[in-house]
Amino acid sequence: MTVSVVQFGGSNCDRDAVQALAEIGVDAELVWHEDGLPEDTSGVVFPGGFSYGDYLRAGAMAARSPIVDEVRDAAEDGTPVLGVCNGAQIGSESGLTPGAFTTNRSARFQCEHVHLRVENADTPWTAAYEEGEVVELPIAHGEGRFEVTDERLDELERADRVLFRYCDAEGEVTEDANPNGSKHNVAGVLGERDSVAVLMPHPERAALPDIGPTDGQGVLEGFAE
Amino acid sequence: MTAYTATVTVRLKRGVLDPEAETTQRQLERLGFDLEDLRSADQFEIDVDASDADAAAERADEMAERLLANPTIHDYEIEVAERDA
Repeated sequence: MTVSVVQFGGSNCDRDAVQALAEIGVDAELVWHEDGLPEDTSGVVFPGGFSYGDYLRAGAMAARSPIVDEVRDAAEDGTPVLGVCNGAQIGSESGLTPGAFTTNRSARFQCEHVHLRVENADTPWTAAYEEGEVVELPIAHGEGRFEVTDERLDELERADRVLFRYCDAEGEVTEDANPNGSKHNVAGVLGERDSVAVLMPHPERAALPDIGPTDGQGVLEGFAE
Repeated sequence: MTAYTATVTVRLKRGVLDPEAETTQRQLERLGFDLEDLRSADQFEIDVDASDADAAAERADEMAERLLANPTIHDYEIEVAERDA
């Protein structure tokens, strides 16, 4: 049972994801997108990076590659799928998850640490946390502003499909704590099933004790047996 | 078959924040221009051969639906003109 970390041209957090998963005892391997999804795949990561140079829109090209159809089928069978940063953009561009991630309010690339409030702890990706808990993760993106219609956002919130919101260190969800202008400070959402999730912050960059905080491990626990 | 160019213009929906357009507008104002608003759009010129203009437009529409526009944030329009093959 091995998690597939799908590499596209321009992916650059793929090896970090494999290493971070190994740290929590989850076996993972790199899978080049043209090779297709291995049959024994136990989970899928769409890693961060700049697939296809962010041409057209971040994630737009990768989201239309054939392996994504295979991932969609696997997701429908219950295989866990996690999209991080560029992987989140691929998830929304492919329709696996709702909304869109588009140009930051600042129109700048932002690389910083943010606080996130756990909105729903009853998912594989957040079961390691308490609802309302504040975790700290890095962000590194230019197109991370979550955009969705008001009606759709209302549906998502009522169905408890918001995983994380940007907040301050005390857990208050404020405009000042919103790094990119995301609607209602949304940093991560669930797909139709709670086994499919995307988020802009990088859990795999906060998972190795040797290099800093490990708040991100809990998200990756979604792949644990 | 006739040669056409289908021009697909993809715009952000009204009300969707456009930070790049805002930055461009600010820069124009800094250069001394007086303007009320500025919107940006992407435009794609697609050469196709089709039986008639409707068929060309239909094909461009499918391209916009499937790749060129993201329905969550974009509206788009299509114009078709004959081109010299």
